[in-house]
Amino acid sequence: MSRIVIIGAGQAGGQAAASLRQLGCKDDIYMFGDEPHLPYQRPLLSKQYLSGEHEEGRVFLRARRFYEDQHITLRIGECIERIDVEARAVVTDKGETLEYSDLILATGSRPRRLKIEGSDLDGIHYLRTLDDVALIKKLMQPKKKLAIVGGGYIGLEVASVAKTLGLDVTVIEMEDRILKRVTTPEMSAFYDQLHTGRGVRVLKQTGVSGFAGEDGRVTKVLCGDTEVDADLVIVGIGIIPNVEIAEAAGIQCENGIVTDDHCRTSAPHVYAAGDCSNHPNPLLGRRLRLESVPNAMDQAKVIAANIMGQDKVYAAVPWFWSDQYELKLQMVGFSADGDTQVVRGDQAVNAFAIFYLKGDKLVAVDAVNSARDFMAGRQMYGKKFDARRLADPAVDVKDAVIEG
Amino acid sequence: MAKITFVKHDGDKIVLDGEPGLSVMNVAVDNLVPGIDADCGGECNCATCHVYVDESWMPKVGMPHDAEEAIMSLNPDRQPNSRLSCQIKITEDLDGLVVKLPEFQF
Ligand SMILES: Cc1cc2nc3c(=O)[nH]c(=O)nc-3n(C[C@H](O)[C@H](O)[C@H](O)COP(=O)(O)OP(=O)(O)OC[C@H]3O[C@@H](n4cnc5c(N)ncnc54)[C@H](O)[C@@H]3O)c2cc1C
Ligand code: FES
Repeated sequence: MSRIVIIGAGQAGGQAAASLRQLGCKDDIYMFGDEPHLPYQRPLLSKQYLSGEHEEGRVFLRARRFYEDQHITLRIGECIERIDVEARAVVTDKGETLEYSDLILATGSRPRRLKIEGSDLDGIHYLRTLDDVALIKKLMQPKKKLAIVGGGYIGLEVASVAKTLGLDVTVIEMEDRILKRVTTPEMSAFYDQLHTGRGVRVLKQTGVSGFAGEDGRVTKVLCGDTEVDADLVIVGIGIIPNVEIAEAAGIQCENGIVTDDHCRTSAPHVYAAGDCSNHPNPLLGRRLRLESVPNAMDQAKVIAANIMGQDKVYAAVPWFWSDQYELKLQMVGFSADGDTQVVRGDQAVNAFAIFYLKGDKLVAVDAVNSARDFMAGRQMYGKKFDARRLADPAVDVKDAVIEG
Repeated sequence: MAKITFVKHDGDKIVLDGEPGLSVMNVAVDNLVPGIDADCGGECNCATCHVYVDESWMPKVGMPHDAEEAIMSLNPDRQPNSRLSCQIKITEDLDGLVVKLPEFQF
């Protein structure tokens, strides 16, 4: 009997199970998830679910009935503790051993935690799971002082929701600009002005040295000589891929679980997808470990196809999105790969896109409220562009391509 | 409940019950309707949930909104009756709705 085991019931795990059935897989499928929930969409946690625009039901990827209809055995609230790649078996936290014909590692990642003075005080939160947000939502009351440690996408999304809900918000960033790890100085400056304009305090070049509290609850964030008053702290300083069980099983790991271009790990019949995977990208010519939904979904689809006997390579241009206030940011590729920037649209009305060219080849687009330019980036990635025509708003983006 | 018919590009039909409040995309993914990937989960970011609304239903379903239009606009297979199924909210009014699944999404 064949049994496919999926470790991790998140974006990648859920998609892998669905894609397997879509491709006609008749094997048993067991999906283990240590969170007590059906697979759900993390992006909503710092956006429409946090703001209250969507209720909890909207967060789940598929209804419970789907897994029953498709005979997918969901083992929710159960953790896999050990993998035995020789015996091709996994062991659950309840001590049950289960053999697999194929194993999919979709273990995701976890927030990097601060280990400094006062970091275990109440009121200091991390935002990764539905349960984290359920708690944070209750604490995000108007007028409360919220300090956000880390000016990355998650921190800034939380800032925009909190500011809109009427909290007093301070973002504390260690670098000299927000979003430094993920975008260009131009985009950082745009988002800095956006937040500052809405009344968020953005502190840069400010390292957090500790927290002070009263009666076990946080009251201040200590940043060297500066102090920031806080009733609530949310820390968003990056993630750590969940590789420990793979590593313990002798599967090659290095900044994630190392895979080949078919999403296969170093162990036979073991695949990895999503935040936990370190994979080669043939379009970019280098290895990547990505934290994005499209990456998790696409890798899951590739793995399902390969388990079903196809010969599929994972080769996709990375893309991502972030919603802050009424602005929708959509990104393709890595802006750091470019040497020239071309702006289309108008920053003053919050609708513009920056096209990044390397020579004349398109390598990235950051689009703010400009979905057409974002799609242009996805469809025309790697094509050659005439920078002068691209900059001309009268020229359609398609007509700025240099043919041949 | 609203009955929704998904017509595959080869003509096969899938008839499903849609709960008001959900989107047409939700009904498709909950029932493994092929050709609706919905990578972004319904937030108008991925355009992998494209459908052609049966012409007779267009007045009731309505035209795409600006962001939806923008994200479909470069698709060479975009038709006058194209919609992103995640942006069509099911109401009792849409009982009987027929949508076609575009071949390019298979
Ligand atoms: C607040 C927030 C906002 C985001 N916004 C965006 C966005 O706008 N756009 C975007 O593209 N991406 C966004 N991301 C990133 C995106 O959510 C992740 O890249 C995506 O969830 C990765 O999917 P995954 O399946 O690899 O991991 P996850 O979705 O994290 O799923 C992994 C699951 O496996 C479980 N698990 C781990 N080990 C075990 C074990 N041994 N046994 C059982 N279960 C286990 C974990 O608990 C978890 O539930 C956001 C992330 C967060 C936290
Ligand atoms: S599901 Fe992504 S645009 Fe509809």
